[in-house]
Amino acid sequence: MMNEQRIPEIPAEKFRFIQQNEKIHDERIKTKPIGYFKDAWLRFVRNKSAVVAFALIVVLVLFAVIVPFLSQYDVSFRSGYYKTMTPRNRWFAGTGFWDGSKQENLNADTYNAIRAIGTETGRDVIIRENRVYTDAKGVEYHDVRVDSYYRVGFAYVNMTPEEYQALQTYQNETNTQVIYPLSKTYNVDFLQGNAGANYWYKLKNEATTSTGFPELDENGELIPNYLTASDPNRAGYDSLRVSWDDGGEDGNTWLVYAQKNQSGYRVRVDYYEYFRYIYGQEPCFLFGTNGYGQDMLTCMAAGARLSFLLAISVSAINFLIGGIYGAIEGYYGGAVDLVMERISDLLYDVPFMVVATLFQLHLAQKVGVLPSLLFAYVLTGWVGMAARVRMQFYRFKGHEYVLAARTLGASDRRLIFKHIYPNSLGTIITGSVLAIPGVIFSESMLSYLHIINLETSSLTSIGTLLAGGQGYLSTYPHIIFFPALFISILEISFNLFGNGLRDAFNPSLRGAED
Amino acid sequence: MGKYITKRILLMFLTMFVIMTMSFILIKLLPLPAVREMGRDVNLILAKREKMGYNKPILVQYYLFLKNILTEWDWGVGEQMYEGLSVWSIMMQKLPYTVLVNLYSILLAIPLGLSFGIYAALKKNKWQDHMISTLVMVFYSVPSYVYAFLIQYFLCFRLGWFPLQMESMGKAGSLFSWRMFSSMLPAIFSLAFGTVAGLTRYTRAELSEVLTGDYMLLARTKGLTKAQAISRHALRNAMVVIFPMIMGEFIGILGGSLIIESIFGIPGVGSLYITSINVRDYNFFMAMSMFYTFIGLASGIVNDISYGLIDPRIRMGSKK
Repeated sequence: MMNEQRIPEIPAEKFRFIQQNEKIHDERIKTKPIGYFKDAWLRFVRNKSAVVAFALIVVLVLFAVIVPFLSQYDVSFRSGYYKTMTPRNRWFAGTGFWDGSKQENLNADTYNAIRAIGTETGRDVIIRENRVYTDAKGVEYHDVRVDSYYRVGFAYVNMTPEEYQALQTYQNETNTQVIYPLSKTYNVDFLQGNAGANYWYKLKNEATTSTGFPELDENGELIPNYLTASDPNRAGYDSLRVSWDDGGEDGNTWLVYAQKNQSGYRVRVDYYEYFRYIYGQEPCFLFGTNGYGQDMLTCMAAGARLSFLLAISVSAINFLIGGIYGAIEGYYGGAVDLVMERISDLLYDVPFMVVATLFQLHLAQKVGVLPSLLFAYVLTGWVGMAARVRMQFYRFKGHEYVLAARTLGASDRRLIFKHIYPNSLGTIITGSVLAIPGVIFSESMLSYLHIINLETSSLTSIGTLLAGGQGYLSTYPHIIFFPALFISILEISFNLFGNGLRDAFNPSLRGAED
Repeated sequence: MGKYITKRILLMFLTMFVIMTMSFILIKLLPLPAVREMGRDVNLILAKREKMGYNKPILVQYYLFLKNILTEWDWGVGEQMYEGLSVWSIMMQKLPYTVLVNLYSILLAIPLGLSFGIYAALKKNKWQDHMISTLVMVFYSVPSYVYAFLIQYFLCFRLGWFPLQMESMGKAGSLFSWRMFSSMLPAIFSLAFGTVAGLTRYTRAELSEVLTGDYMLLARTKGLTKAQAISRHALRNAMVVIFPMIMGEFIGILGGSLIIESIFGIPGVGSLYITSINVRDYNFFMAMSMFYTFIGLASGIVNDISYGLIDPRIRMGSKK
């Protein structure tokens, strides 16, 4: 009213059309459209910790996939001699860290035995001597740093004549001493197995009750105690000889390198070189070996591969079952929902531990440990997924766009899969991803508690490795350290990644960070 | 409220009954463990089994099982372990260890978790908050047994502050002696890490949301100091979510942690369960399974009910 009065009279001819002959257009949208996934992707990339976590997961998966192919060992490899080796990395040689060495407190007998290995092979078995002390009882101890690979020393090996010949040929070709002269110290039965092979020197007491204490000459040196013969080629040995094997003072006292027995020859080998002869490489385990003498690196990769496979298949199956179940529940609602909810509630309330045990007891013998474990996970695992999907369906099914589609005659199936599912996909994917570390964790727990046993000659799991390391926790902590580290990194990165995904798929956070 | 609780409890017993029936049948379908003949009369054991009704049809056995429980609270006797001893009494003997260890760890975790969470929420988006949130992420994700290994190796073995395993009753004297307590500490710490992290996370999230509420602004405008406003208004509202979680944890302590018990040699219900599986003692296994089912259900109910208890706005299930 007021305006009317203010505006002065304008004559009609002063007005004219802005355009008369040209068409008007809407302004073209210059920006690119941002879809649901594009939007999520943009938000995900902005979350630095989630991206880093994702990169870590990729690294772990690659580790699990690639390492078993590259590794020279496999899970069924078990070295009888190189058990509980500490991790060794060639790059760190001599640094005292990750070089296969170990701090040890040795009594005099063991100290001499280990020092003797060094004397005979010329290797630095004892890397550093820190101190010598006597305890309250008057027992002498040596606090030393020992190379755990070199200290394995010698072993008696029985060979067929062909193997014996082949080894001699190898010695000649590569000019490495593998076979060492036999020792007279056969009485050291107290040292079980092949440990007696390390005693090439005279003992104070050669009886079976010996503690292994050496007899020393006036200079405090060990006195060699090799088996000798007048024939330099005794037992068909015609290959490299150790430097001190010079025929003796009379030129007729030669050391003996092998003994004939029923099946062939018994020889004393330097196990480090013998390992190289058999496996084509020096023993060098990046993550060390465990109590069975398995290569931890290979086992970890194989275990991780098994865990990932199990977790991903569980997650995928749950995604399928839970997705369909939850969709039906949420979409139809009413009585269908009520009945189906009761069933899933019931399953949800059964403790997983009980399910896993029962499946293990019932099915493990019939279908194998792994399938029965998979069934156990699937039986109760899908419930959470179904609940999530159901909630999403309740949220979206009342929306106008669904109503519009229904009015246009869309079938139930079309409504579910074309219209509602894509909208709830974000939540569902997040749920599936976050289920993976849960499965890996509970698998490791079940294996650790020996409720399930995934260990066969060629199969292992992270939980099995953890359980195997428990007994060595105080003596060889590296056995448990690597699997524990692996699972910790895995859980942390999956949780971060899952959080990032959840935020990324939450459209209400759009622009929240800016 | 009373009606709602009754309904929930009745539903719980129905669920328990169904799960019990399924477990019983599945367990009875398993082959009985072979009679160990070492120095014992096979016939005697077979006769014992006959007497205990092991050869009757499963449904008849189930009827007897239920009847014994309902009339005499008799869960059977041990067969492969604790032979002839009542399953229930053995469970009750083991329970205190589990409960004590978990109770201590929760009592340690609650104040720590709450204060970290409150501190982080108050310092939101400052470096203190970022540090706490990062640590929480790490501690929340790393499995409890990894802490157990670390604690066992460094504190128990290298430094020798605690024994590697929990002391036995005979050595420590009493369940409440200092020696017993200190031998429980490694397990308590291992359990507490995760709980502290979880509580911190929840408290921080809840409190920082509550702090942005309009009534907080009102409280400040009407003249309350920041501390007053936070303690009287923000914390109370944040507790609506945190309190049920704590209550749920309290019920959960009955179940304890199987893996922590196994690592530190705690003679609790967890180790009983593991042993019953390993030696195939089905009576123990049955009772323990029901025990864990019960704990799971009960903690759910307590969780839901405590929502209503602490928040007068929520009266679940009541239609009026």
